[in-house]
Amino acid sequence: MWQTLYAALKERNFIVVAVAMDSGADAARPWIEAARPDYPALIDRAHVVAELYNMVNVPSAVWIDESGRIVRPAENAGAFEGFRAMDRTTRKMPDDIAAKVAKAKATYVAAVRDWVEKGSASAYVFDPARARAHVPRMSDAIANAHANFRFGQYLLQSGRAAQAQPFLEEARRLHPDSWNIWRQLGEKNEIGLASSPEFWARVDALGERHYYAPVDMQGMPTEGPPSRR
Amino acid sequence: MVTMVTIVTEHGPQEVQAEADRERDALWMAPSDVERLLGWTLKAEGLCRGPVCVPLASAAARHVRPDALDVAGLWRRMSKPVLRTQDASAWLLGESASERTAALESLEAPDFTLPDLAGKPHSLSDYRGRKVLLATWASW
Repeated sequence: MWQTLYAALKERNFIVVAVAMDSGADAARPWIEAARPDYPALIDRAHVVAELYNMVNVPSAVWIDESGRIVRPAENAGAFEGFRAMDRTTRKMPDDIAAKVAKAKATYVAAVRDWVEKGSASAYVFDPARARAHVPRMSDAIANAHANFRFGQYLLQSGRAAQAQPFLEEARRLHPDSWNIWRQLGEKNEIGLASSPEFWARVDALGERHYYAPVDMQGMPTEGPPSRR
Repeated sequence: MVTMVTIVTEHGPQEVQAEADRERDALWMAPSDVERLLGWTLKAEGLCRGPVCVPLASAAARHVRPDALDVAGLWRRMSKPVLRTQDASAWLLGESASERTAALESLEAPDFTLPDLAGKPHSLSDYRGRKVLLATWASW
Protein backbone atom coordinates (compact mmCIF):
# COMPACT_ATOMS: atom_id res chain seq x y z
CA MET A 1 0.00 0.00 0.00
CA TRP A 2 2.85 2.40 0.81
CA GLN A 3 5.54 1.28 -1.66
CA THR A 4 4.89 4.05 -4.25
CA LEU A 5 4.99 6.74 -1.60
CA TYR A 6 8.07 5.26 0.02
CA ALA A 7 9.91 4.89 -3.28
CA ALA A 8 9.33 8.61 -3.95
CA LEU A 9 10.46 9.76 -0.49
CA LYS A 10 13.04 7.31 0.78
CA GLU A 11 15.95 9.61 -0.02
CA ARG A 12 14.39 12.20 2.27
CA ASN A 13 15.19 10.69 5.64
CA PHE A 14 11.86 8.91 5.76
CA ILE A 15 10.84 5.31 6.28
CA VAL A 16 7.64 3.31 6.44
CA VAL A 17 7.43 0.63 9.14
CA ALA A 18 4.54 -1.63 8.12
CA VAL A 19 3.06 -3.92 10.75
CA ALA A 20 0.70 -6.78 9.90
CA MET A 21 -1.94 -7.49 12.57
CA ASP A 22 -1.93 -11.09 11.44
CA SER A 23 -1.96 -14.61 12.78
CA GLY A 24 1.57 -15.28 11.63
CA ALA A 25 4.03 -14.95 8.81
CA ASP A 26 2.11 -17.44 6.64
CA ALA A 27 -1.05 -15.34 6.52
CA ALA A 28 0.84 -12.17 5.64
CA ARG A 29 3.49 -13.69 3.36
CA PRO A 30 1.60 -13.67 0.00
CA TRP A 31 0.65 -10.02 0.47
CA ILE A 32 4.13 -8.90 1.45
CA GLU A 33 5.73 -10.86 -1.38
CA ALA A 34 3.29 -9.35 -3.88
CA ALA A 35 3.92 -5.79 -2.65
CA ARG A 36 7.71 -6.34 -2.56
CA PRO A 37 8.25 -3.48 -0.14
CA ASP A 38 11.77 -2.24 0.47
CA TYR A 39 10.75 -0.93 3.89
CA PRO A 40 10.44 -3.24 6.93
CA ALA A 41 7.27 -5.35 6.86
CA LEU A 42 6.78 -6.79 10.35
CA ILE A 43 4.42 -9.43 11.73
CA ASP A 44 2.54 -8.69 14.96
CA ARG A 45 0.42 -11.72 15.82
CA ALA A 46 -0.16 -10.57 19.42
CA HIS A 47 -1.19 -7.02 18.29
CA VAL A 48 1.47 -5.40 20.48
CA VAL A 49 1.46 -2.27 18.30
CA ALA A 50 -2.34 -1.96 18.58
CA GLU A 51 -1.95 -2.31 22.35
CA LEU A 52 0.87 0.23 22.71
CA TYR A 53 -0.76 2.81 20.43
CA ASN A 54 -4.43 1.97 21.17
CA MET A 55 -5.55 1.11 17.63
CA VAL A 56 -8.83 -0.62 16.75
CA ASN A 57 -8.69 -1.20 13.01
CA VAL A 58 -6.48 -1.33 9.94
CA PRO A 59 -5.20 0.69 8.23
CA SER A 60 -4.05 2.82 11.15
CA ALA A 61 -0.95 4.99 11.23
CA VAL A 62 1.18 7.11 13.55
CA TRP A 63 3.55 9.86 12.45
CA ILE A 64 6.83 9.83 14.39
CA ASP A 65 9.47 12.51 13.88
CA GLU A 66 13.27 12.16 13.75
CA SER A 67 13.58 12.42 17.53
CA GLY A 68 11.03 9.68 18.17
CA ARG A 69 8.19 12.08 19.05
CA ILE A 70 4.63 11.40 17.97
CA VAL A 71 3.36 14.26 15.80
CA ARG A 72 0.11 12.53 14.80
CA PRO A 73 -1.16 9.82 17.20
CA ALA A 74 -2.85 6.65 15.97
CA GLU A 75 -5.58 7.38 13.45
CA ASN A 76 -7.28 5.91 10.43
CA ALA A 77 -4.68 6.08 7.64
CA GLY A 78 -6.98 7.67 5.08
CA ALA A 79 -9.59 4.93 4.59
CA PHE A 80 -13.20 5.90 3.82
CA GLU A 81 -15.81 3.24 4.49
CA GLY A 82 -17.17 3.11 0.93
CA PHE A 83 -17.50 -0.66 1.13
CA ARG A 84 -20.64 -0.14 3.22
CA ALA A 85 -22.40 1.18 0.12
CA MET A 86 -21.30 -1.57 -2.22
CA ASP A 87 -23.52 -4.20 -3.78
CA ARG A 88 -22.84 -7.28 -1.67
CA THR A 89 -23.27 -9.69 -4.57
CA THR A 90 -21.33 -7.95 -7.33
CA ARG A 91 -19.03 -6.15 -4.79
CA LYS A 92 -19.41 -3.04 -6.96
CA MET A 93 -19.22 0.34 -5.28
CA PRO A 94 -21.32 3.28 -6.62
CA ASP A 95 -19.09 5.65 -8.62
CA ASP A 96 -19.63 8.67 -6.38
CA ILE A 97 -18.67 6.63 -3.32
CA ALA A 98 -15.66 5.08 -5.04
CA ALA A 99 -14.52 8.64 -5.87
CA LYS A 100 -14.72 9.56 -2.18
CA VAL A 101 -12.66 6.53 -1.21
CA ALA A 102 -9.99 7.48 -3.74
CA LYS A 103 -10.00 11.12 -2.65
CA ALA A 104 -9.62 10.24 1.03
CA LYS A 105 -6.67 8.00 0.33
CA ALA A 106 -5.01 10.54 -1.99
CA THR A 107 -5.53 13.29 0.61
CA TYR A 108 -3.83 11.20 3.28
CA VAL A 109 -0.90 10.24 1.07
CA ALA A 110 -0.43 13.89 0.03
CA ALA A 111 -0.38 14.87 3.70
CA VAL A 112 2.37 12.36 4.47
CA ARG A 113 4.35 13.72 1.55
CA ASP A 114 3.87 17.29 2.80
CA TRP A 115 5.15 16.26 6.24
CA VAL A 116 8.20 14.52 4.81
CA GLU A 117 9.02 17.59 2.74
CA LYS A 118 8.31 20.35 5.28
CA GLY A 119 8.82 18.62 8.61
CA SER A 120 7.35 20.43 11.60
CA ALA A 121 6.35 23.32 9.32
CA SER A 122 3.79 21.07 7.64
CA ALA A 123 0.20 22.09 8.41
CA TYR A 124 -0.57 18.42 8.98
CA VAL A 125 1.78 18.12 11.96
CA PHE A 126 0.04 18.55 15.32
CA ASP A 127 1.66 20.75 17.96
CA PRO A 128 2.19 18.89 21.27
CA ALA A 129 -1.08 20.07 22.86
CA ARG A 130 -3.10 19.04 19.84
CA ALA A 131 -1.22 15.75 19.52
CA ARG A 132 -1.98 14.98 23.17
CA ALA A 133 -5.64 15.81 22.63
CA HIS A 134 -5.74 13.28 19.78
CA VAL A 135 -4.29 10.42 21.83
CA PRO A 136 -7.00 7.74 21.98
CA ARG A 137 -7.70 7.23 25.73
CA MET A 138 -7.37 3.65 26.89
CA SER A 139 -9.98 2.24 29.29
CA ASP A 140 -9.32 -0.55 31.80
CA ALA A 141 -11.47 -2.83 29.62
CA ILE A 142 -9.27 -2.13 26.58
CA ALA A 143 -6.04 -2.71 28.55
CA ASN A 144 -7.47 -6.00 29.85
CA ALA A 145 -8.68 -7.00 26.39
CA HIS A 146 -5.17 -6.61 24.96
CA ALA A 147 -3.67 -8.54 27.87
CA ASN A 148 -6.13 -11.39 27.25
CA PHE A 149 -5.49 -11.33 23.51
CA ARG A 150 -1.71 -11.36 23.96
CA PHE A 151 -1.87 -14.18 26.50
CA GLY A 152 -4.21 -16.17 24.23
CA GLN A 153 -1.82 -15.70 21.30
CA TYR A 154 1.08 -16.88 23.45
CA LEU A 155 -0.86 -20.03 24.40
CA LEU A 156 -1.85 -20.64 20.76
CA GLN A 157 1.75 -20.27 19.67
CA SER A 158 2.94 -22.69 22.35
CA GLY A 159 0.49 -25.37 21.19
CA ARG A 160 -2.25 -24.87 23.79
CA ALA A 161 -5.21 -23.92 21.58
CA ALA A 162 -7.87 -25.15 24.00
CA GLN A 163 -6.38 -23.13 26.85
CA ALA A 164 -6.05 -20.08 24.59
CA GLN A 165 -9.70 -19.93 23.57
CA PRO A 166 -11.25 -18.46 26.76
CA PHE A 167 -8.65 -15.65 26.82
CA LEU A 168 -9.24 -14.83 23.14
CA GLU A 169 -13.01 -14.81 23.65
CA GLU A 170 -12.60 -12.58 26.69
CA ALA A 171 -10.54 -10.15 24.60
CA ARG A 172 -13.36 -9.92 22.07
CA ARG A 173 -15.94 -9.38 24.79
CA LEU A 174 -13.94 -6.69 26.61
CA HIS A 175 -13.11 -4.64 23.50
CA PRO A 176 -16.07 -4.81 21.11
CA ASP A 177 -14.80 -1.74 19.20
CA SER A 178 -11.66 -3.56 18.08
CA TRP A 179 -12.07 -4.87 14.56
CA ASN A 180 -8.45 -6.01 14.79
CA ILE A 181 -9.29 -8.50 17.54
CA TRP A 182 -12.68 -9.53 16.16
CA ARG A 183 -11.47 -10.14 12.64
CA GLN A 184 -8.25 -11.92 13.44
CA LEU A 185 -10.14 -14.37 15.66
CA GLY A 186 -12.83 -14.92 13.04
CA GLU A 187 -10.25 -15.50 10.36
CA LYS A 188 -9.41 -19.06 11.30
CA ASN A 189 -13.04 -20.19 11.13
CA GLU A 190 -13.97 -18.88 7.75
CA ILE A 191 -12.14 -18.09 4.58
CA GLY A 192 -12.92 -14.59 3.40
CA LEU A 193 -14.41 -13.26 6.57
CA ALA A 194 -14.70 -9.85 4.93
CA SER A 195 -17.80 -11.02 3.08
CA SER A 196 -19.25 -13.43 5.62
CA PRO A 197 -22.84 -12.85 6.82
CA GLU A 198 -21.43 -12.45 10.35
CA PHE A 199 -19.15 -9.63 9.23
CA TRP A 200 -21.92 -7.79 7.39
CA ALA A 201 -24.31 -8.19 10.34
CA ARG A 202 -21.69 -6.57 12.55
CA VAL A 203 -21.12 -3.74 10.06
CA ASP A 204 -24.89 -3.16 9.72
CA ALA A 205 -25.19 -3.05 13.50
CA LEU A 206 -22.90 0.03 13.47
CA GLY A 207 -25.78 2.08 12.04
CA GLU A 208 -24.63 5.70 11.95
CA ARG A 209 -21.37 4.87 13.74
CA HIS A 210 -18.18 4.72 11.71
CA TYR A 211 -16.22 1.65 10.70
CA TYR A 212 -13.21 3.89 10.01
CA ALA A 213 -13.12 6.91 12.34
CA PRO A 214 -12.97 10.19 10.37
CA VAL A 215 -9.49 11.68 10.08
CA ASP A 216 -8.99 15.19 11.49
CA MET A 217 -7.40 16.49 8.28
CA GLN A 218 -8.27 19.17 5.74
CA GLY A 219 -9.93 17.63 2.68
CA MET A 220 -11.11 14.42 4.35
CA PRO A 221 -14.77 13.35 4.16
CA THR A 222 -16.61 14.57 7.26
CA GLU A 223 -20.04 13.11 6.61
CA GLY A 224 -21.45 9.98 8.25
CA PRO A 225 -21.05 6.50 6.81
CA PRO A 226 -22.54 5.96 3.32
CA SER A 227 -25.77 3.99 3.39
CA ARG A 228 -26.22 0.65 1.68
CA ARG A 229 -27.55 1.05 -1.87
CA MET B 1 7.33 -24.83 45.85
CA VAL B 2 9.66 -23.09 43.46
CA THR B 3 9.21 -24.19 39.84
CA MET B 4 9.97 -22.91 36.36
CA VAL B 5 7.22 -20.49 35.33
CA THR B 6 6.66 -18.61 32.06
CA ILE B 7 6.09 -14.88 32.37
CA VAL B 8 4.52 -13.19 29.33
CA THR B 9 5.23 -9.49 28.91
CA GLU B 10 4.91 -7.28 25.83
CA HIS B 11 8.50 -8.30 25.07
CA GLY B 12 7.44 -11.94 24.82
CA PRO B 13 7.56 -15.02 27.05
CA GLN B 14 10.42 -15.63 29.49
CA GLU B 15 11.18 -18.50 31.86
CA VAL B 16 11.93 -17.82 35.49
CA GLN B 17 12.14 -19.68 38.80
CA ALA B 18 9.13 -18.67 40.89
CA GLU B 19 6.72 -19.91 43.51
CA ALA B 20 3.16 -20.04 42.20
CA ASP B 21 0.49 -20.25 44.90
CA ARG B 22 -2.74 -21.19 43.14
CA GLU B 23 -4.84 -21.03 46.29
CA ARG B 24 -3.95 -17.39 46.97
CA ASP B 25 -3.44 -16.54 43.30
CA ALA B 26 0.06 -15.34 44.17
CA LEU B 27 3.33 -15.49 42.26
CA TRP B 28 6.49 -15.07 44.34
CA MET B 29 9.63 -14.03 42.47
CA ALA B 30 13.08 -12.99 43.65
CA PRO B 31 13.40 -9.17 43.65
CA SER B 32 16.35 -9.43 41.25
CA ASP B 33 14.15 -11.33 38.73
CA VAL B 34 11.35 -8.79 39.14
CA GLU B 35 13.83 -6.06 38.27
CA ARG B 36 15.41 -7.98 35.37
CA LEU B 37 12.19 -9.24 33.73
CA LEU B 38 9.68 -6.59 34.65
CA GLY B 39 11.78 -3.48 35.28
CA TRP B 40 10.42 -2.76 38.79
CA THR B 41 12.58 -2.39 41.91
CA LEU B 42 11.49 -2.41 45.54
CA LYS B 43 12.83 0.69 47.31
CA ALA B 44 12.07 2.58 50.51
CA GLU B 45 9.70 4.82 48.47
CA GLY B 46 7.76 1.85 47.13
CA LEU B 47 7.83 -0.07 43.89
CA CYS B 48 9.81 1.92 41.32
CA ARG B 49 10.42 1.84 37.59
CA GLY B 50 12.65 4.60 36.24
CA PRO B 51 11.61 7.86 37.88
CA VAL B 52 8.16 6.53 38.84
CA CYS B 53 7.56 5.10 42.32
CA VAL B 54 4.28 3.62 43.48
CA PRO B 55 4.05 3.85 47.29
CA LEU B 56 3.00 0.58 48.89
CA ALA B 57 0.21 0.92 51.43
CA SER B 58 0.42 -1.23 54.54
CA ALA B 59 -2.09 -3.60 52.93
CA ALA B 60 0.57 -4.40 50.32
CA ALA B 61 2.90 -5.77 53.01
CA ARG B 62 1.44 -9.25 52.57
CA HIS B 63 2.80 -9.24 49.01
CA VAL B 64 6.36 -8.56 50.19
CA ARG B 65 8.82 -10.98 51.82
CA PRO B 66 12.52 -10.40 52.39
CA ASP B 67 13.40 -12.96 49.73
CA ALA B 68 10.53 -12.55 47.27
CA LEU B 69 7.74 -10.35 45.92
CA ASP B 70 4.24 -11.54 45.05
CA VAL B 71 4.13 -9.84 41.66
CA ALA B 72 0.57 -11.01 40.97
CA GLY B 73 -0.71 -9.30 44.11
CA LEU B 74 1.38 -6.17 43.58
CA TRP B 75 0.30 -5.95 39.92
CA ARG B 76 -3.37 -6.12 40.88
CA ARG B 77 -2.84 -3.39 43.47
CA MET B 78 -1.44 -1.20 40.67
CA SER B 79 -4.52 -1.98 38.47
CA LYS B 80 -2.30 -3.88 36.05
CA PRO B 81 -3.73 -6.94 34.29
CA VAL B 82 -2.73 -10.35 35.70
CA LEU B 83 -3.67 -13.56 33.90
CA ARG B 84 -2.61 -17.15 34.33
CA THR B 85 -3.29 -20.65 33.12
CA GLN B 86 -5.23 -22.91 35.48
CA ASP B 87 -2.10 -24.87 36.36
CA ALA B 88 -0.28 -21.56 37.07
CA SER B 89 2.63 -22.56 34.80
CA ALA B 90 2.23 -19.42 32.64
CA TRP B 91 1.36 -15.88 33.74
CA LEU B 92 0.80 -12.60 31.97
CA LEU B 93 1.80 -9.45 33.84
CA GLY B 94 0.46 -6.50 31.87
CA GLU B 95 0.34 -2.72 31.81
CA SER B 96 -2.56 -0.63 33.08
CA ALA B 97 -4.74 1.61 30.94
CA SER B 98 -3.44 4.71 32.74
CA GLU B 99 0.18 3.69 32.11
CA ARG B 100 -0.57 3.21 28.40
CA THR B 101 -2.37 6.54 28.09
CA ALA B 102 0.34 8.39 30.05
CA ALA B 103 3.02 6.87 27.80
CA LEU B 104 1.20 8.07 24.68
CA GLU B 105 0.54 11.51 26.16
CA SER B 106 4.27 11.92 26.75
CA LEU B 107 4.39 11.82 22.91
CA GLU B 108 7.49 9.66 23.05
CA ALA B 109 6.68 6.84 20.61
CA PRO B 110 6.50 3.53 22.53
CA ASP B 111 9.22 1.18 21.29
CA PHE B 112 8.63 -2.43 20.24
CA THR B 113 10.53 -5.23 18.55
CA LEU B 114 8.85 -7.47 15.96
CA PRO B 115 10.08 -9.97 13.37
CA ASP B 116 9.90 -9.60 9.58
CA LEU B 117 8.98 -12.52 7.28
CA ALA B 118 12.47 -13.97 7.59
CA GLY B 119 12.23 -13.83 11.37
CA LYS B 120 14.72 -10.98 11.68
CA PRO B 121 13.83 -8.66 14.58
CA HIS B 122 13.35 -4.93 13.97
CA SER B 123 12.84 -2.29 16.65
CA LEU B 124 11.07 0.98 16.04
CA SER B 125 14.02 2.70 17.72
CA ASP B 126 16.35 1.34 14.97
CA TYR B 127 14.84 4.05 12.75
CA ARG B 128 15.45 6.98 15.13
CA GLY B 129 16.82 9.90 13.11
CA ARG B 130 14.31 9.42 10.32
CA LYS B 131 10.66 10.32 10.03
CA VAL B 132 8.66 7.13 10.49
CA LEU B 133 5.20 6.35 9.16
CA LEU B 134 4.17 3.49 11.45
CA ALA B 135 1.36 1.85 9.47
CA THR B 136 -0.74 -1.23 10.25
CA TRP B 137 -2.52 -3.57 7.85
CA ALA B 138 -3.82 -7.14 7.82
CA SER B 139 -4.52 -9.96 5.38
CA TRP B 140 -8.03 -10.41 6.75
